Amino acid sequence: MSDELTLPRAARVFISFVALLRVNGFAVAPEQTTAFLAAIELLGPRSLEHIRKAGLATLAPPPERRATYDRLFDLHFRGSEAIEQADGEDEEVVRLQEEGRGEDEPLLADEANESGLAAARTEALVERRFAQDTTTDALRRLSHEAAARLPRRRGHRRRRARRGPFADLRRTLRESVRNDGEVLRLGRLRRRPRPRRILLLIDVSGSMKARTEENMKLAHALTQAARNVEVFTFGTRLTRVTRTLRLKRREQALNAAAHLVSDWDGGTRIGDALQAFLAVPRFGSYARGATVVVISDGLERGDPAALRDAIAKLSRRAWRVSWLTPLATAPGFQPQTEALIAIRRFVDDLASGGSSEAVVSHLLSLGSGRAA
Amino acid sequence: MPVRSNIVGIDSPEALEKALRAAYYLADDGIATASYLALALGKPLLLEGAPGVGKTEAAKAIAAVLGRKLIRLQCYEGIDASAALYEWNYPRQMLAIRQAGEESIDIYGEAFLIERPMLAALRAPDATVLLIDEIDRADQEFEAFLLEFLSDFQISIPERGTLRAAEHPVVVLTSNRTRDLHEALRRRCVYHWIDYPTAEHEARIVMMRASSVAEQTARAVVAAVGKLRREPLSKAPGIAEAVDWAEAATLLHKGGAGWPDAFKRSIGVALKDEEDLHYISPRLDALIAEAAA
Repeated sequence: MSDELTLPRAARVFISFVALLRVNGFAVAPEQTTAFLAAIELLGPRSLEHIRKAGLATLAPPPERRATYDRLFDLHFRGSEAIEQADGEDEEVVRLQEEGRGEDEPLLADEANESGLAAARTEALVERRFAQDTTTDALRRLSHEAAARLPRRRGHRRRRARRGPFADLRRTLRESVRNDGEVLRLGRLRRRPRPRRILLLIDVSGSMKARTEENMKLAHALTQAARNVEVFTFGTRLTRVTRTLRLKRREQALNAAAHLVSDWDGGTRIGDALQAFLAVPRFGSYARGATVVVISDGLERGDPAALRDAIAKLSRRAWRVSWLTPLATAPGFQPQTEALIAIRRFVDDLASGGSSEAVVSHLLSLGSGRAA
Repeated sequence: MPVRSNIVGIDSPEALEKALRAAYYLADDGIATASYLALALGKPLLLEGAPGVGKTEAAKAIAAVLGRKLIRLQCYEGIDASAALYEWNYPRQMLAIRQAGEESIDIYGEAFLIERPMLAALRAPDATVLLIDEIDRADQEFEAFLLEFLSDFQISIPERGTLRAAEHPVVVLTSNRTRDLHEALRRRCVYHWIDYPTAEHEARIVMMRASSVAEQTARAVVAAVGKLRREPLSKAPGIAEAVDWAEAATLLHKGGAGWPDAFKRSIGVALKDEEDLHYISPRLDALIAEAAA
């Protein structure tokens, strides 16, 4: 384009602003950059405010990051002037830029990079061996009934059925053409149900010590029984254990998971762990439309606000969020810990996680309550 | 990207704001800019915000300004292409086949096609505004399907081929943000997050929308509603609730009730949740007195 020969000088400052946003974790697509430039041209621009608004409309920063966007905007377009005006706030921007996706990224241990990274940390990282024992009845029940009773979602496609809410007019029409336009039988259709994804988040911190082993067995049984299950453990860090739990033999799978997870029986920073979970797009999208089950006592050492925000965000993505706590054994359970009170209005169920039976019953009841 | 800087005589956000005001919609700077850019760039406009901040109203006002018909597609869980796009009129096709006897007929003709909102908007892009309301209620599959429509503005009907819009239709999407929309969808659109308006702005909206509310009443209601929104309620009152509350209180006042009492008795139009009412009731008197001061 001929414009490209004359434009760059003027446009460079806008394009570098987009680059700055990307460095700070805003997802901006090339087409949005194009729209941004077109919008600026359309608006004049007669003032900086126009440019800011053009950016807001076309680059679409999420509402909860508006403040960061504004700060970056000031930093970029007002430069030193803005820094002098609000020196306290700008430090955060600088820190963000330096950190990027760097090593201070909290608590994230993927299957690939966990052990080496973990060894260097000062946290109490402990490996654990699982005792081996016989399958409990609860787990057997889970594998028997999983296919029929775990939650499903309504699929987008329809399939032929003997009976169903929709008439399969397309098929009926085609068959009638074969019979000289005579309709002999009305075909029916129904929505094809699909298993809903299940996201299991297991607290492996010290306060859950007594339950951890049972929970891991349960996670293994669930992974084996259903497709579409994702399992993460969290304590002071977050570990994805889905792939190891797919190993068929339980001892093998649990031992592999035991090596993988490095924060057994440590402290709890649930909020930070969940924030880290949501910050990785690949992980965060596991929660979309999923049945999210958190097994944790909610004894949070970190900031309850971080936990609340994370759960709020999770509940907006998920189909249903269940929080199973060993503390909730009595039917009329009222949460006492600060963290549980904070999240109560974002979770759909707050139920007992005191035994494998309770967890299994809850899982199997999810499918029948609010169908599809 | 087709850029039209002038749409029916509107060539700047300020001009659009003025036109919207004539259509009884008070737009703030942000929404006027976003709407203008959407129209000029030929992109869909995605409006997000808490329930009751006037997202749907904005779409209606835009349609009124452009002098176009508003086609509304209300999303719900389980919505699919046959409800949004098109469907064949199968019973009619069957009848036609039987009537035709030995002659050959085209059963995929125009007469057998049932237009749904998206197809209707695509066919008359210069005379319609398509409102896709509460997209966050639809399934993700539908969102993905919408993505295709919104990027190319074309629809393919297997029996008839691909239909492409002569120009980019005006599309407004709204979301209550009960769930996060997919990034790709946000990317396709011009985006605006509608926040609750400032007290000043909201008072003007209340006076414009409500029929006979005194300025003082409007200000008191807006102040009270603003306080309510800062409480941890399960459903904070929106703008529509503020308008209703002002109107209801005025009505009661005309019927002989005193001022603070009129507000208090009509709280039901502003707060519509038993738990919220229960939570706020001990402090309601103080809150209203403070707002009216």
